[in-house]
Amino acid sequence: MEIQFRHDVDNVLAEASQQKKPILLDFSAAPM
Amino acid sequence: MVKFVTENFIPARVHVRDDSALFQKYGEKYGAQWTPTILELDADGVERHRIEGFLPGDDFLSQLMLGRAQIAFAQQQWDEAEKRFREIVDKFPHTDAAPEALYWAGVSQYKGSNNNVFLKNTAQAFKEQYQDTTWAKKSSVWG
Repeated sequence: MEIQFRHDVDNVLAEASQQKKPILLDFSAAPM
Repeated sequence: MVKFVTENFIPARVHVRDDSALFQKYGEKYGAQWTPTILELDADGVERHRIEGFLPGDDFLSQLMLGRAQIAFAQQQWDEAEKRFREIVDKFPHTDAAPEALYWAGVSQYKGSNNNVFLKNTAQAFKEQYQDTTWAKKSSVWG
């Protein structure tokens, strides 16, 4: 099982604020 | 690792090539100039912990746990922060995160009680373990 990363960061920031849940933001160059 | 991340965070990734516009936007906002850079942001988008460069399994997970503890600390949830910091020392005593966590566990106890004895106890703990770390030096002023 892999981490399901989201790429819509604007929405993630908005949802985190609403849900009061922290964010893990990964700046990556790994092959996708 | 997956369980820890999904239970505690909303995981998001910006890729240097595939998400180049987002990478530029958020890279500038958060000062990310290298990959991998992993940020742990609180629910308001404020950076609370940063991991730059690759780390193997336990080292990486313990750093993630450190960020989770620092989020509780920043929210002045002293008991929860202490619990999270001590969990790192207990589960990953041989990682670089452990002495940092031991230091901040003591600070969390002190902040929650305003009792100096917790700082002294932490300084004492550093005389028995992690003696050669920066965190031992920082705690040495406490006694």
